[in-house]
Amino acid sequence: MRMYTEERAPSKRNFVKDVLALTSNHAVAYAVRSLDVDVIASYPITPQTTIVEKLAEFVANGELDAEFVNVESEHSALSVVLGASATGARTFTATSSQGFLLMHEVLHNVSGLRLPVVMAVPSRAVSAPISIHGDYSDLMTGKDVGWIVFICASAQEVYDTVLQLYAVAEDERVCLPAIVAYDGFLMSHTMERVEVYRDDLILEFAPKRVKRLLDPANPVTLGELALPEHYYRYKYSQLSALDGSREVIRSVFKSFYSYFGIEYDFVERFKTEDADFIIVVYGGASWGNAVEAVNITREKGLKTGALRIRVLRPFPIKEVVDTLKNVKGFSVVDRAISFGASTPGPVYADVVVSLAEYGFSIPSVCVIAGIGQKVMYVSDFVRVLEELVKGKEGVILL
Amino acid sequence: MIKNIKDLPREELFAPGHTMCSGCGPAIAVRWITKFIGNNAIVVNATGCVEVTTTIYPRTAWEHPYIHSLFGNTAAVAGGVERAIGVLSRKGRWDSGDTKVVVIAGDGGTYDIGLQALSGTLERGHRVLYILYDNEAYMNTGIQRSSSTPLYAWTTTTPVGEKVRGKQERKKDIIGIVLSHGIPYVASASVSHIVDLGNKIEKALSYLKEGPTFIRIFAPCVPGWRYPENKTVEVARLAVETGYFPLFEWEKERFRLNPPSNGLVDEQRRVPIVEFLKLQERFSHLSEEQICAIQDEVNRMWEKIKKHLK
Repeated sequence: MRMYTEERAPSKRNFVKDVLALTSNHAVAYAVRSLDVDVIASYPITPQTTIVEKLAEFVANGELDAEFVNVESEHSALSVVLGASATGARTFTATSSQGFLLMHEVLHNVSGLRLPVVMAVPSRAVSAPISIHGDYSDLMTGKDVGWIVFICASAQEVYDTVLQLYAVAEDERVCLPAIVAYDGFLMSHTMERVEVYRDDLILEFAPKRVKRLLDPANPVTLGELALPEHYYRYKYSQLSALDGSREVIRSVFKSFYSYFGIEYDFVERFKTEDADFIIVVYGGASWGNAVEAVNITREKGLKTGALRIRVLRPFPIKEVVDTLKNVKGFSVVDRAISFGASTPGPVYADVVVSLAEYGFSIPSVCVIAGIGQKVMYVSDFVRVLEELVKGKEGVILL
Repeated sequence: MIKNIKDLPREELFAPGHTMCSGCGPAIAVRWITKFIGNNAIVVNATGCVEVTTTIYPRTAWEHPYIHSLFGNTAAVAGGVERAIGVLSRKGRWDSGDTKVVVIAGDGGTYDIGLQALSGTLERGHRVLYILYDNEAYMNTGIQRSSSTPLYAWTTTTPVGEKVRGKQERKKDIIGIVLSHGIPYVASASVSHIVDLGNKIEKALSYLKEGPTFIRIFAPCVPGWRYPENKTVEVARLAVETGYFPLFEWEKERFRLNPPSNGLVDEQRRVPIVEFLKLQERFSHLSEEQICAIQDEVNRMWEKIKKHLK
């Protein structure tokens, strides 16, 4: 996996509190601690476990003043933070795989109630057969249920994204829940260098703005029954809130840059400016491979580039189209399968439709890789780029 | 302590205009629950009859802050509300004082789909009053069997056919399950005995300092049990007087029968179960043997109660 290499912009403020070697899971826990989260609920036994173990430790040591609720299922984990968020508390939970699937009805409920819950999902394969290894099969079942979804590629980015997501989710123009996803095991359990920031600056950047909806002084009814003449209005307003969150996300990126000196975007590009062939990926392992494959094929004289989807929802249509519209060919590497769909690659479908919306039809390859953490070799990614150059179209199952 | 009906709270906190049935048992329950819990309470309601009939947008019958999330997660949501009040109070961000958290859920949401969340919330000791209104089936969706439906009762999923006539299984012992969590207060109450209900809610709220509390309210259903809509209280009263639904409380694991159930330990003083059954068409297909079998069930339950009294 690629180490974090971004240069920070010079800042007058000394914002770095410490430099630590952290797994992505522990990076999440450190961010949650500094954000002064009020209520945490979780169920163990998935790749997220070490996040909440660390948080339990922070709470037990008095480093974080939060209610830590050890629930009896992921369904209840998300339900506990749902109740707490509606009461005005800043909340956090984490899950993966089967737990994410078990949460599914609550995912819809949280976004329908417009509660700014933030959840970490180090993504993992789903049963059957049972797999305890990483891919994005879990996340893809919950990408279209009204949550903001970010997928990260390094522990520093995971840490920074947690801070950004609270700032976005709790913004009164958004009021939507948000997921920070990353590679289960390949990132959740591997250490990287992470700069952690001063708590006061973090809380200044992401001040607590969770609305207290359940308030004895101002009683309201939440979770009401909506009949056909009203139900669709709720859903359309959710749709426009998620669409509109792009603007808020962009402004949070700007604010983040001014506080902490890293420029984030909806996507990350590598040598795409003059590229004729681009490999599109998400997640850390795929990104590391893609960057290496571009370096190798460039040395062979091929004009290649790599694009990483960082914000999966709302989908960065404009950024993706602007990057790909002039290429001769592209591929999207998916780490999940849409069974029986028009194409097996869920994000490939998003990319193709985005281009089609702007009138572009470009030769492309749908790649499925790293299913159940099947090893992804750089050489495979090189081959994908070489196939693109040869004019290959269709599906490649790596 | 409420001594008689003159002491009952006058303020109505459950607004008229909801769409509950005429004679609805749960409607009576909710009206009195909302009065007895006072203004400083948050209601967490499971999916069910009460929820769909009281919250149809843009109207609401609730004067309390109210949340409905899903069918099976009500206890967990309440647990989250309770923990949020705790931590926000500690951090100086809750200015409503000692706000009570009260769940209102039906038998489907309690005995069946919500059982796991209920168990988790009780085990973790969330300071929540969980009120079960028991109308013995999934009534909201058209009278389907739940694990609270009694033996031989007709429902649309336990129909009276040529080969199988009504529900073949006994009602689940929810009180036994709840008690096994060792919570400080568990009680049964009925819409036919409102003073008793009021005192139990008061007591359950006072025990929240020590942990979760649970009250099961017997709440007859006009369309589901098929009796005339002016008989709800009569049916509920007969359930008590026949000993089918005893009024009791477990206070710190000490058992007590409440009037009039405390006078029914002697079998001779119980009204025969047939008086309760014959008012309801859901039991109209019963044979003599089946009625006797139900009477035996009631008698067996009272043998257990006698052991608790020792």
